[in-house]
Amino acid sequence: MDSTKTSDYKFTDGLRDGIPIGLGYLSVSFSFGIAAAGKGISIFSALLISMTNLTSAGQLAGLGIIAAGGTLIEMILTQLVINMRYALMSISLTQKLDSSFTVGHRLGTSFGMTDEIFAVAAGKKGDINVRYMYGLILIPFICWSLGTFLGAAAGNILPDMLKSALGIAIYGMFLAIFIPPARKSVGVFSVVAFSAAMSCCFKYIPVFSGISSGFSIIICALTASVLGALIFPKKEDEADV
Amino acid sequence: MSDLKILVYILVMALVTYLIRMIPFVLCRKKIQSKFLQNMLYYVPYAVLGAMTIPAILYSTSSIISAVVGLGAALFFAFRNKSLIVVAIAACAGAFVTELIMSLLVNA
Repeated sequence: MDSTKTSDYKFTDGLRDGIPIGLGYLSVSFSFGIAAAGKGISIFSALLISMTNLTSAGQLAGLGIIAAGGTLIEMILTQLVINMRYALMSISLTQKLDSSFTVGHRLGTSFGMTDEIFAVAAGKKGDINVRYMYGLILIPFICWSLGTFLGAAAGNILPDMLKSALGIAIYGMFLAIFIPPARKSVGVFSVVAFSAAMSCCFKYIPVFSGISSGFSIIICALTASVLGALIFPKKEDEADV
Repeated sequence: MSDLKILVYILVMALVTYLIRMIPFVLCRKKIQSKFLQNMLYYVPYAVLGAMTIPAILYSTSSIISAVVGLGAALFFAFRNKSLIVVAIAACAGAFVTELIMSLLVNA
């Protein structure tokens, strides 16, 4: 390892930061469980999908392929396109790991690289360690599995209004991650604003409607971060906002 | 599909997803030296969050009205540097109360 720095974050810090992610995951995975049951997938299979994949868009697309009797090639290509953004996130997060991240722990923790877990880990001040990362993954993983099971087993136990309100939890958390640094740094602000504007174009301009949401995120994120690096290069003393 | 075939599909799906996450995480062991790449990777999380949050947050509840109120509540607390959980709960509470009021108005 070239990094000799160590990070002070505790396992419990990770657990605490994982709670809002878990809350959001409960509602999202709950709807996934309902969708799986609706397509005639067994509770066991639905649970197995969630416990081995831990991703929303990819699972929903995969479920569609299984239900429609698609080919394995189709499955592989779909997962590649939708989930390729995780490769970008993995590379980005490697720049914030302390020396506790051995190959074994990288094999273990990379399984939990979801949009939300990445976002929270990347938003931490300074480097992170494996204790924090495992803590951060644990609650979202349990909630994702539990929500899937409950949704598949008993789709209608949560009142609609509560289900609906839980859907916004993840986005509230995202705002809490990017608003404070965006207020302090014109670079971060510009990158967020540009990426959001581009994402609106993909959503509302009919020509782009065929582009999958996973692919749209890759295009927006790459363009905005390249522009940010060109126009607002960070100075040395701003290492961690 | 038979149960066995479904199992194969699930395992292939899981393997592809895991490899995408794992390979760069294990192979990228050094701090990147290029200033441009450092800067770009620094901005990646914010760019990802911007694209994922907007406009998707507006469609995250069952009505745009409750989503806008939830967004407002989240912004209010995020601007005050509140923690993730506080901002997330504020967004849910804002959306929930709005939907409650809306359903009472409809039923009244």
